[in-house]
Amino acid sequence: MNLTLRVWRQAGPDAPGRFETYEATDISPDSSFLEMLDLVNEDLIGQGEEPIEFMHDCREGICGTCGMMINGRAHGPQSMTATCQLHMRTFQDGDELVLEPWRASGFPIVKDLVVDRSAFDRIIEAGGYISIDTGSAPDANLIPVAKQDADLAMDAAACIGCGACVAACPNGAGQLFTSAKLAQLNTLPQGQPERYERTEAMVEVMEEHFGSCTNMGECEAACPKGISIDFIAMMNRDYRKAKFRNRRSA
Amino acid sequence: MLDAKTPEGPIETKWENHKFDMKLVNPANKRKFEIIVVGTGLAGASAAATLGELGYRVKAFTYHDSARRAHSIAAQGGINAAKNYHSDGDSIFRLFYDTVKGGDYRSREANVYRLAEVSNNIIDQCVAQGVPFAREYGGLLDNRSFGGAQVSRTFYARGQTGQQLLLGAYQALSRQVKAGTVELHTGLEMLDVVVVDGKAAGIIVRDLNTGEISRHSAHAVVLGTGGYSNAFYLSTMAMSSNVTAAWRAHRKGAFFANPCFTQIHPTAIPSSDEFQSKLTLMSESLRNDGRIWVPKDPDETRAPGDIPEEDRDYYLEVKYPAFGNLVPRDVASRNAKTQVDAGKGVGPLKNGVFLDFADAIGRLGRDAVADKYGNLFEMYERITGEDPYQVPMRIYPAPHYTMGGLWVDYHLQTTIPGLFAIGEANFSDHGANRLGASALMQGLADGYFVLPYTIGDYLAPQLGSTPVDTSASEFDQAEADVKAQVDRFLATNGTRSVDWFHRELGKILWDHCGMERSEAGLEKALSEIPALREEFEQDVRVLGSAETLNSSLEKAGRVADFFELAELMCRDALTRRESCGGHFRVESQTEEGEALRDDDDFAHVSAWEWTGQGSEPVEHREPLEFEYVKLTQRSYK
Ligand code: FES
Repeated sequence: MNLTLRVWRQAGPDAPGRFETYEATDISPDSSFLEMLDLVNEDLIGQGEEPIEFMHDCREGICGTCGMMINGRAHGPQSMTATCQLHMRTFQDGDELVLEPWRASGFPIVKDLVVDRSAFDRIIEAGGYISIDTGSAPDANLIPVAKQDADLAMDAAACIGCGACVAACPNGAGQLFTSAKLAQLNTLPQGQPERYERTEAMVEVMEEHFGSCTNMGECEAACPKGISIDFIAMMNRDYRKAKFRNRRSA
Repeated sequence: MLDAKTPEGPIETKWENHKFDMKLVNPANKRKFEIIVVGTGLAGASAAATLGELGYRVKAFTYHDSARRAHSIAAQGGINAAKNYHSDGDSIFRLFYDTVKGGDYRSREANVYRLAEVSNNIIDQCVAQGVPFAREYGGLLDNRSFGGAQVSRTFYARGQTGQQLLLGAYQALSRQVKAGTVELHTGLEMLDVVVVDGKAAGIIVRDLNTGEISRHSAHAVVLGTGGYSNAFYLSTMAMSSNVTAAWRAHRKGAFFANPCFTQIHPTAIPSSDEFQSKLTLMSESLRNDGRIWVPKDPDETRAPGDIPEEDRDYYLEVKYPAFGNLVPRDVASRNAKTQVDAGKGVGPLKNGVFLDFADAIGRLGRDAVADKYGNLFEMYERITGEDPYQVPMRIYPAPHYTMGGLWVDYHLQTTIPGLFAIGEANFSDHGANRLGASALMQGLADGYFVLPYTIGDYLAPQLGSTPVDTSASEFDQAEADVKAQVDRFLATNGTRSVDWFHRELGKILWDHCGMERSEAGLEKALSEIPALREEFEQDVRVLGSAETLNSSLEKAGRVADFFELAELMCRDALTRRESCGGHFRVESQTEEGEALRDDDDFAHVSAWEWTGQGSEPVEHREPLEFEYVKLTQRSYK
């Protein structure tokens, strides 16, 4: 198949950006979307032009490195699918694809389609863990966990930290990411002792970096792992309780 | 001869006693020591977190944009531990025994025993961290049998165990970042180890976004930088996984052990065309319920569902009735190759074998199968466009894990004092073949429970010393070398991309040092690789500048190291004139075509010393003694 690509090129964080047009020719429908970009880059190198920088690593939908806007949609047209898992059979011969980096003030552009998502790490550092030093844990089966809770925690823990939720959100909000980690840890018995401090600390760092949530639901639709916006409601409940408790103990 | 410094005494008490015998750094003094940890996968992140908790001052480095992205994340199946929660006869000794046997008797008994011993602590630790392991209805942990084990000792979190364990370690690390004990540097790639007075003194790193090169010194350096399967170009590794940190340490004097011990994983999705960039693994847990077969007739044209039982060859079940589809990885891989080479391959390119779930769906119901493997089935469908609930999956072996790596002693210290290697980056625990669900176990054992203690024994005598000043001439030299290489790549201005060379190198390696190795093939590879490397040096095209993100430039450095490593892999494979585990020399096989070991001549570790490019490396040997596991010909019949 043959496609036309309009790709955002930007030499560096402070450089002006612009769209460039490239042709992707002779692409096999069985190849992946990123393999298609590899071929375009091979052509560019052949012509002496700098290849397009894009984010990727595992190429199996789990590391959360990849991500770009494809025709205005985070990770492209296929639901529950990270950019690296998209295959060209999803597209039609002759399609024009517009490729842009994640657009959000919380994710500054590094180069071309690459952005800086370190704000996510700051949120986790604020409290996205259970405080237990290595070697001090009791036998694992001393803490029974209801299967239902374990399953719910796993649903939330499936987040890969790609940032599609932020990119898809008109407000550039970080609620889905933050609430997924909170839902995992706050559902499990091990996570109870720090539940409210954790919630307050993470939410506050989130608000420093990202926009506010107005319940548009675009995040859930864009999430390659199907993380549910119900977790946001859970987070809001816990946050209100946290505020109340922490005020009392202050 | 190499001394592994294995402690004396019975194997059950070696580690306990040794922990008592090792020198300690008292808690108040720990903050006087600085430790560099390179890599934030399972091993690196768990080590950095634990060292931080203990009070050391840690600097952790990763080339990823976040410490949550290392390829440990992609491990699907699970993690072994000898908990014996199911009272099915498991024990530390059995896990030890299975690991030594599964590794085809080419690992060090004492290390493996320790690994089995701490396996239980890992599960406790991870559960306490909030890793959402699968549970039974009663709320207790669920287990499954995995990859050739005859007991249920594998803990799992859906098909995303590696992800959940890595996130657990990343979160523990994040907690230390907040506590201020760990300084975390993301987006920085280590390009050299600096050795001063024979000891590791620090590292040189390059900022991948700005190109800035910087120097860092410490009392000790720990490498948790993973394996080298990407030498094959097509592998199950992430695109950026590389050998650079380990290799550059090797060039500075760290011996590289058993580089030819590479694992070809039996259940990857076959490639669909020549531009394929990587191979995707389907968890081997699928072999618990899927049945592997090929049509008996090479010219079979019917759809798989229309082929009657009598025309199918369930070759593993027939040949290995006791283990069936659960034979170890090397055995499963080689048998698939035999079928495909005989023309019985399936799929449009006839390059795979079937992994069929029809029976399991009939027996357990579609929902139960979906519950266990749903995400894997979806992943398969997304890649191939085929629905494995309807048609059997197609699988074929792919380069996966590398058992070889930097040689380390019982303390996980390399031959450079003060330089440690953990996780897949070292060679120590898996011998010639790794069992399923043991990589996560080893990465976390090294990082959480072994290195944080053994490193104290090295540090304790240095109390009162400060790290070498980074203005030392050794740092000048190392930085100049790194810069010179970067400049050379940009100045070459040849005609072919880095990827082109990498792909060509991968083909040579796969053909001659892949699932089967022969003397003639290896000799051929040893003449082709240096020739291609020379072409690479003269004709590679790296565009752009060194001052911004430049992934071709990053790759060029990694591929240069793969060239040198590939030569050593072939040299090692040629020298080891026996078959064992993942290393199959066609000249050394039983009448049934199984790997035939030669214990009289090869029950040793080959640890190679770098002597310069184009000059023959020197082989050092560590003899392996088996006191507790009797050497037998592996048999899975
Ligand atoms: S590259 Fe890892 S999730 Fe896409």
